[in-house]
Amino acid sequence: MAQIRMETNLLGANDMLAAKNRRIFKARGLLVINLMSSPGSGKTTLLEKTIEALRGRIELGVIEGDLYTDQDAMRIENKGVEVVQINTEGTCHLDAGMIEKAWSRLEHLPIQLLFIENVGNLVCPAEFDLGEDIRVVVLSTTEGHDKVLKYPLVFQQAQVVVLNKIDLLPYTDFDLNAFNRDLQLVNPQIRVFQLSGRTGEGLAQWTEWLVEEVGKRVI
Amino acid sequence: MHEMSLIAEMMNMVRESAAHNNITRISRIKLVVGKLTMAMPHSLRFAFHTMARDGLFQGTELLIEEREVAYQCCQCGEKYLPDMPYGQLCPNCGSKASHLLSGRELFVEYYEGDSGKGEENGANTHGN
Repeated sequence: MAQIRMETNLLGANDMLAAKNRRIFKARGLLVINLMSSPGSGKTTLLEKTIEALRGRIELGVIEGDLYTDQDAMRIENKGVEVVQINTEGTCHLDAGMIEKAWSRLEHLPIQLLFIENVGNLVCPAEFDLGEDIRVVVLSTTEGHDKVLKYPLVFQQAQVVVLNKIDLLPYTDFDLNAFNRDLQLVNPQIRVFQLSGRTGEGLAQWTEWLVEEVGKRVI
Repeated sequence: MHEMSLIAEMMNMVRESAAHNNITRISRIKLVVGKLTMAMPHSLRFAFHTMARDGLFQGTELLIEEREVAYQCCQCGEKYLPDMPYGQLCPNCGSKASHLLSGRELFVEYYEGDSGKGEENGANTHGN
């Protein structure tokens, strides 16, 4: 009987690939955003509205992660933006290897901003670095303010939270004070955008921030 | 269920190391999992028992050690387990600036196995 000591991280292989992606994206001066949320938070609607707002100003590309369908990718394609669909076929998150493959289909394009729409899920995507610059969690008011403490890792790992469906706030029990207090506990540095993808309220602050971030990376 | 991906990765790592160390049958794997990873021990075990079908992993016991989430305060140096679920608020000085001491672990500490030829490889052989 032999005992072999390993002390090796299970995510080591993914982290190495993510670092490689990050080097490639950085050399291109590309802003890469990993969008994470529960199903139905409004990620795809937010992307559609963002694409419309940035049209003519910033060249966009999108990688769509979905379990099985290409419905979201079709919605993005209808907006005239290059999109690569990844079907994870049951896997609940994207990983760095999937992004490397998807990127090979976008790299010939003059993209300045790449959105990666992760699989709808607040648990699993949090563990997998894709090589992105910025992690954005989209939370909608209809999901409830308690999600920050229920899924702390995803909020801890993110730099930005988009609080979506702000137009529905009066019709929900979402407690904005509790939400801000919990965010302060879990991640005091996090930046929050309150907006409504549907009505467009608050969208300008979000898109101006994106323009600013893209500007920082121009080489 | 990111537990499936994690276990698949664990099996790849152990399989590779076992081949390197001439181990043909693994009796035990020790996995260390921090609670902040939200990888559930019962789901990890389920994933392992579903996927571990070949000879190398036949009858392998999966030991899982869970590690608590712990922080150290950057202001006063206090080490603490957060009482709010995963919140970072020092109970000593109230500072929110802290760094994580434990809770994000996700690694194979060791595995045990036989060479299949009945050879004694000696305990605590260091792998890579």
